[in-house]
Amino acid sequence: MLAAVLSLGVMSVVFGLLLGFAAVRFKVEGDPLVDKIDAILPQTQCGQCGYPGCRPYATAIASGAADINQCPPGGEAGILALADLLGRDPKPLNPENGQVKEKMVAAIDEPRCIGCTLCIQACPVDAILGAAKQMHTVIEQECTGCDLCVAPCPVDCISMVPIAQTIDSWRWPAPEKARIAGSYR
Amino acid sequence: MSANLYHDGVDILHGQRRLWSFHGGIHPPQHKHESTNLPVIRAKLPERLILPLHQHIGEPAEPIVQVGDKVLKGQMIGRAQEFLSAPVHASTSGTVVDIGDYAVPHPSGLNATCIVIEPDGEDRGLEHPRVGDYLQLAPSALRNLIRDAGIVGLGGAGFPSYIKLNPGKLDGIDTLILNGIECEPYITCDDMLMREYPREIIAGLRVMQHALQARVCVIAIEDNKPEAFRALHDAALHEAGIDVILCPTVYPQGGEKQLIRVITGKEVPANGLAIHIGIVCHNVATALAVHRAVQDGQPLVSRYVTVTGGGVSQPRNLDVAFGTPVRDLIIQCGGDPAAVKRLVMGGPMMGYALHSDAVPVIKTTNCIIAATEADIVPPRPVMPCIRCGACADACPVMLLPQQLYWYAHTNDLDKVQEYNLFDCIECGCCSYVCPSNIPLVQYYRYAKGAIWIKEREHEQADIARQRHEFRLDRLAREKAEREARRRLKKASLAKNQDNTPHTEEAVDND
Repeated sequence: MLAAVLSLGVMSVVFGLLLGFAAVRFKVEGDPLVDKIDAILPQTQCGQCGYPGCRPYATAIASGAADINQCPPGGEAGILALADLLGRDPKPLNPENGQVKEKMVAAIDEPRCIGCTLCIQACPVDAILGAAKQMHTVIEQECTGCDLCVAPCPVDCISMVPIAQTIDSWRWPAPEKARIAGSYR
Repeated sequence: MSANLYHDGVDILHGQRRLWSFHGGIHPPQHKHESTNLPVIRAKLPERLILPLHQHIGEPAEPIVQVGDKVLKGQMIGRAQEFLSAPVHASTSGTVVDIGDYAVPHPSGLNATCIVIEPDGEDRGLEHPRVGDYLQLAPSALRNLIRDAGIVGLGGAGFPSYIKLNPGKLDGIDTLILNGIECEPYITCDDMLMREYPREIIAGLRVMQHALQARVCVIAIEDNKPEAFRALHDAALHEAGIDVILCPTVYPQGGEKQLIRVITGKEVPANGLAIHIGIVCHNVATALAVHRAVQDGQPLVSRYVTVTGGGVSQPRNLDVAFGTPVRDLIIQCGGDPAAVKRLVMGGPMMGYALHSDAVPVIKTTNCIIAATEADIVPPRPVMPCIRCGACADACPVMLLPQQLYWYAHTNDLDKVQEYNLFDCIECGCCSYVCPSNIPLVQYYRYAKGAIWIKEREHEQADIARQRHEFRLDRLAREKAEREARRRLKKASLAKNQDNTPHTEEAVDND
């Protein structure tokens, strides 16, 4: 009886110490779930989900405050990936957050730009280059197409344009639409 | 074997090196004899040559001429700026009349930047310095010369050749294989080239051998080209260290990895290159281009192109200056462009349909098939996969095409990569044998593209995340700095206040 109590007691102390050590030694900074959700989100930083950026939205999903269907740029594929990660049922995009659109980039009509820097301040990824009273321009490769620079412009010189397809960016479409070269007699 | 292969009463196949075989493969109808009856002639120069700046794998060349410039044949008009790129040369003398977007041979049917030259009809060439003895040149100087001549793989892929002539850290290559297989139906341009220029091809092979310091050279030819084999065999008779080998015809033996397997029995590792196992493969036409660049200082400005199919009355091979529109070739071979139902560039297995007959011949154009109604099999209905496994039997890479199809059509891009999608060479054997008429290769092409797009989106998202986080950090830092400045100012003002109490008003105004 005494031996059993003692041995269990010793074991509980040993395991307790082990767990305590592991908790300190292998402590994970930040929430790994938020990182995983953030990795799926498209990083457009557009705020259509109702949060000020992709990471705040990821944090909200992780804490259960937001649903997984609030990200229009992520589209259906994004929702499916989130559902897969979190083990939830996929659902259609919430129309309150917007519609899935073709990916666009901002373009400044440069002669009309007055150099007010408002769009520079609005850009979440610093993709607009310029200075006060100097012409501004969009660094196309860095633009996420978030739309946030369009509204602040006082002279309406920013428009969203579709990304032009070139022979380098073109990829074969899914077979239903493809022209099939083969099948000769 | 046909009687042609007996030479002076001796079986020249006797003592040929041992050959291996690869898995699968198919035997589609050849359709090669149609275009080998007529001799090769030079194609007429068109009214306008359209020279795309992107005729190869890699980055497009940068134009170095302006509209209105007079150019000579062989003059460089587009310079290669990147490592993986190739220059473009004027294919005749004339005037640059435009630099702009024109339809180019590409499955997308999109336009790309081209330099348009109006020939002056004189076909005057630029005087190029000749290399006396290439053996005196260091292999690197030889490679630069080949790069500046704009030479790319002429078998169809168009990979810049000078890169494939660099043995890298290896001190020499074991086997240099010259690919004269030409396994795809209809195409005969390499066949005609081998019949006509066997000595020059072997001279080019020697140059390549010098650049690579290769130990052995092998020229591989399929047994449906006995004339070409005889020509090269005779030319190589007194050459040491060159094996001319006849291989039994099977598609896709001309694929680099398949040919290496057949010749050496070695397998190129997945995601690896042939050079990693000490083997380099070049096309016979590339060898001829190398010879001309080194011997005569001639850059690559023309090539042999097979023009065939029911849409032309005289199917044949033409020596075509790059930039010549396909339409001109069809007319020259007795075809009516209006009657052509479908135009294919390349062979029926790996080629693609052209959207217009105004597109020019480029460095990778080996064949034009002008198909009429009678040539085209009406599309057969696609039926469900019955898991018969015929595609797996035919696959030369030993993949599981039915599994790849299954995951590609359900868009399961992770799974399709697990089944080694990127080892697929898109030869089309699986689609050819499929009893359900499923366009399998189209699914793999689509899946490869979808994966590429997904990866690029991921990269861009990572950059956007970094930039966004950097911006948040910067804003926070600026705010903290402002805060600190204000505190400092407040503190100094408070100090002043203590010293001189009667400046109270000024503080309030601040």
